[in-house]
Parts: sequence; C-alpha cells; structure tokens
Amino acid sequence: MEFPTALVLNAIIAGLLLGGFYAAVSVGISISFGMLDVVNIAHPAFIILGSYVAYIVNERMGLDPIAVSVVLSPLFFVLGLLLYRIYYLCFEKRGQESLRGLAFFFGILFITEVALVLIFGVDYRMVQTAYSETTWRLGPVDFPMRLVVPFLVSVTMVVGVQLFLTHTFFGRAVLAVAQDQLALRLMGVNPTRVKGLAFALSIATAGVAGAFLIVIQPVQPALGREYIGLVFAVCVLGGMGSIWGTLLGAFVLGIAESFTSTFFGPSWAPAVSFGLLLAALAFKPSGLLGR
Amino acid sequence: MNRLTTWFSAGLLALSLALAAPVHAQQPLKIGFGMSLTGPLAGNGKAALIAMQIWAEDVNAKGGILGRKVELVYYDDQTNPSTVPSIYNKLLDVDKVDLLVSGYGTNVIAPAMPIVMQRNMAFMGLFGLNVNSKFNYDRYFQIMPAGPEPAIGWTQGFFDTAMALAPKPQTIALVGADAEYPALALEGARAQAKRTGLKVVYDKTYPPNTVDFSPILRAIQATNPDLVFVASYPPDSAGMVRAANEVGLKTRMFGGGMVGPQFAALKTQLGPLLNGIVNYETFAPDVAGKFPFLDQFLAKYQGRAVKEGVDPLGFYLPPYAYAMMQVLEQSIKAVGALDQAKLADYMHTYEFDTFVGKVRFAKNGEWAVPRMLTVQYHGIAGNDLEQWMKPGHVTVLAPASYKTGAIMAPYHDNKK
Repeated sequence: MEFPTALVLNAIIAGLLLGGFYAAVSVGISISFGMLDVVNIAHPAFIILGSYVAYIVNERMGLDPIAVSVVLSPLFFVLGLLLYRIYYLCFEKRGQESLRGLAFFFGILFITEVALVLIFGVDYRMVQTAYSETTWRLGPVDFPMRLVVPFLVSVTMVVGVQLFLTHTFFGRAVLAVAQDQLALRLMGVNPTRVKGLAFALSIATAGVAGAFLIVIQPVQPALGREYIGLVFAVCVLGGMGSIWGTLLGAFVLGIAESFTSTFFGPSWAPAVSFGLLLAALAFKPSGLLGR
Repeated sequence: MNRLTTWFSAGLLALSLALAAPVHAQQPLKIGFGMSLTGPLAGNGKAALIAMQIWAEDVNAKGGILGRKVELVYYDDQTNPSTVPSIYNKLLDVDKVDLLVSGYGTNVIAPAMPIVMQRNMAFMGLFGLNVNSKFNYDRYFQIMPAGPEPAIGWTQGFFDTAMALAPKPQTIALVGADAEYPALALEGARAQAKRTGLKVVYDKTYPPNTVDFSPILRAIQATNPDLVFVASYPPDSAGMVRAANEVGLKTRMFGGGMVGPQFAALKTQLGPLLNGIVNYETFAPDVAGKFPFLDQFLAKYQGRAVKEGVDPLGFYLPPYAYAMMQVLEQSIKAVGALDQAKLADYMHTYEFDTFVGKVRFAKNGEWAVPRMLTVQYHGIAGNDLEQWMKPGHVTVLAPASYKTGAIMAPYHDNKK
C-alpha cells in the first residue's frame, strides 16, 4: 500500500472539510442530548427543514442559502422554544420523558417529513450558489468551495456556541442545568426556562446545518433519517455535552472516512468510523473530551 | 301451500342471481402494486404512479377492460425493500387484487418475487435490472429495454462506444453504491471488461449515505484509468459529478450507469457539469422521431407532473410505466380472461404496440432486443429546463439504429 503525499494531504483536507459539516449537524444534538438529556431524535428532520427553507429562499430570491439560514435562525429558535414547551408540558413535567418523549420526537420526525412531502413533493432539491462550482488549488491540494464555505461557517458557529456557553451567564446556566438542576433551582433560576432556551439554540443550529447540507448534496424529505446514527455517534465520540468534543469527534470521523475511502475503499468507511467509536468508548467511555 | 312457497323461493333465488351477475360484472378490475412514494427514490416512484394513473383514466374512459373499470390499489413501500413482502401479501389476501405489477426499481422488485411466485401470478416489472436471473420465473416480464441479458445489455453501449475509441482503452475503474442495482450493474460491467480485455484497476463500492465523493475520485484518479464506470443513485450521481469536476478527473469516458441525470431535477441542478458525461437514457428529444406516439402521453403527463412536484420532463420512467400497463391491457383483452397462465403465455408469444414502441419479450421475460440508449451530454449552458426539452444537447452513441453522432473524448476536454 502506497501513501503518496498529494493523496494523503487531500485526504486530510477533505476529512477536515467533511468533519466541519458533521460538527454542524451534531452540535445541536450535543446540546439537547448531551447537556439537556432530551433525546431529540427528530434533530435531522429540522436539518432537512432548514435545507428546504434555504432552498425556497434561494430559488425565489436568489439569495445565498447559508446567509439566509443564519438570518432566519431566530425562526428556528422560536420553533425550538415551542417544541420544547410541548415536550415539557406533555412529558417532562409528568416524568414521562424517557420512552414517551422518544416516541414524541419520532412522531415529530415523521410529521416533518410528511409536511415537506406535501409542500415540496418528493423530488430532489439542490441550490445554486456563486461558489458551488469553484475549486481553489494550493499545490496538489484541492479546496472545493462547496465544502469550504460550510466548513468555515460551521466552525465559526460551533466556536460561537462554545464561547456563548462558557462566557455568558445564560451559557453557564445551561452548563449548570446539565450538571445539577436542583442546585440551579435553589439559586433562584428556573431550569425549565434555561432548558427551553438551550433546546431552541440546538434547533437553530439544525436550521443552519440544513443550509450546509443542501449546498453539499441534493436533498429530499426523508434524507434526515440517514443522519440519525451519525449525529449521535459524533456526540458520543466527542463526549456527551462537550462542544469542543463534538468538533473533535466530527473531525476524527471525517478524516477517518476520507482516509479510508482514499486508501482502503469507501465501503470500509462506516466500519472504521464506528470501530473508532467503539474503541473510544472502550478506552474512554466518557468520549474524547467528556468528563 | 308448500309447493307455492318452494316456487316462490326458487323465483327469488333466480331473481337475486340474475341481479347479482351484473353487479359482479361491475366489480372493478383491481391491479395492485407497491410504489416508492417516500424515501430516496420517491421522485421516480411518484412519476411512475402518475403515468399509471393516466393509463387507468384512459382505459376507463373507453369503458375499462373486459367490461370492468380499472382500479389501481397501491401502497407506499418507502423505497424500503423490507416493506415489500407485507404489501404484496396484503394486496393478495386483503385487497384481493386481480393482477400485480411491481414498484420502481431492482431493490423493491426482488423482494416481491417470492410472493408472486408462490401465488403463480403473472408479474410485470418496472425497471428492475436482471432480477429474474436468480428466480428464473416463467411469468416475470420486464418493461426496461435492457435486453435478454440485462446485466450485459445495460452496459453494452458504454463498452461498445469505449472500444471504438482510437487508440483502444486499456484500463477501467468501476465504482458503485452498496445496493442491489449498482451491484448488478457492476457485475455486468465486470463481465464486459473481461469480454473486451480491459484491465480493471479500481473496483470498489461505497455506502449509500456517502456525503463527499472527492476521496473516491482521487483514489480512482491515482490509478489513471482510461475509463470510469459509475453505477450510482441520484444523490450519489450528483456527488460524483460534482467531485469529478472538483478533483479535475482526467479520463477518456466517465459515467455509464448513473441513475439521476435522466431526470429534470439533476439535469437542471447539474447543468453544464453534465457536459462530456456518457450515460444511459431511455429517450432523448434528439430521437423523438423513433417514438412517434410518445407526444400524446407526455402532453398529459407533463402538466400533471408540475402540479405534483415530480420530474416535469418525464422522459425516462413514466412512458415505460404507461407502456407496462399497455402490455397488461392488451394481454387481458386478447386472452379475454384473468387466467395468469394464459396471460403469461400470451406475453411470451406476441408483440405489443406501446407508446415506447413495439415490445417483444424474450424467454426470461426481458426485452427480446436491447434498446437502452447510450448518450453523451454536450453544449449545456446554464441550468434552465428548456434546453433539455429540445434536441441538440444529447448525442445518442448506441445502439447503432438510434445513433445521432460520434463520441467526444476525452471527458476532461469536453466538460465545458
């Protein structure tokens, strides 16, 4: 087996770019599942919803889908607030969040899919951007803008979420909710409100990740299901509730996938990725950067 | 008194039987199938369903078949093979359908076969590649024009075109998705490579949820193949085409078995990126003269497809979905009954006139003569749909009787 420098460099860069995208689709799960203990299995459906919102604005107004998704992220934030309120009143408040809550999010997943089918039909949708067909070349290494732009915005978003959580009062309250809700209540903070806002933040990131997805590949309403395993794998590999861990886990899986595809054949990529996940869990059960 | 009661009862019985007979005659003729209405291949499934509904309306407007109105009974298989057996069992046991046809694609036709065979039903398949090679079922028929040796016929045009290049290509890379259709297409491509003496320098599959195809294409490029044969589904085809552009793939021919570029969605989304690609199609406006009756169907289909949000061109699958039902219709009318054995015998024996031309089946239920078009896209500028509706952007390379021009090679010099 030979490892030419150009191929190795390209595999690493492609893996990092892919990892950036994986981080964007997983950071919301890291917040909802890792910090709030809300098993939002419908998260990928909101990513697809984000894709369609970006698509419709791009098609009708010609605006850049990623810029649109950032501008419209408050709408997803509000959607997240509403969803968490329903979840809280119907399940969490009654102590039925474990199994029935899971069923609730399954239902949301299917309802979102069906709604998208009814509104947009079942055909594949994709967007046109000014950079979709541009590739920068630096020596032997390719930088396809279709992946570079989502990567840059994704890393900015993930770092922003991390700074927000560690450098603001509200962010620290979210981290406190993840550790001890009772202590937070004793300090006069309403943990339900904090959880609601944090859950809304996770849905807002899903909306932005949706725009990345439709820039990278064609989207149809049921595509989200294919990302359920991936988002939870990245979250667990990185360490539950660790945003830096999510970013690192996403890069590890991205590079593993890219390297395996380049040198050993793409059909081995899932086995290597999930093998890494198993190994990490065996030697460090809390994940790469989990406590 | 007793005798009077007996006569009265007998009279009532005769009257009820007489009344019941026409009622039975008015029972609709039920045709059952599963169809991908959600999931990755739903765009194609829904387009096929529209074509089948148009057929049912056309037939019913003329009084139905055997004096019975046609009713389509269908369920969404979610593009998921595991749902197919229960759908076909329900169609037969609960809905009591009179006839069965398949949903769209190899992945959902194969799991229906054991049930269909158990019940000895005649079975029309809609675009399944080489499904009957494992089952050898004598009542299976396939409307896809891949020919009596489908795996070979599917790729025949690509390889014949390649081997006519000067100098002759020496090496080939094969790549496809980990799924039923790509596996069978790659099987055929391997056989073709062996037949033509091409050295296979890359032969790998990828998982269906692959996001970035550039590592795969770089690995292929590292082997420096003369030809690259791809068997992929729509999202992968888009990923492959984009990645080929991004890594600057250099090869003489690229494409072959990509599902997706046949549909308006990918045609318009990929636009100029399709230039230079050699792939298969079942129809192109450039050979419309060879399909004299297709306009009638497309006029009906295209208006409805736009409303339903599916393939507004309808060149690839819908005409064949309609033709599949025409074969069934003509067989039932000729046989005059729904006897499955007689229907199968008739389909084996006679030629059918359909919107996609004359259809005759080989012993294994495939088309007796292959007619997949191998085409090359060129001169595509921008992403508008209009350019695809007119001749001029698709050169038909094979079969010879449909050929409209010569290949432009290598691929990398004809991308723009």
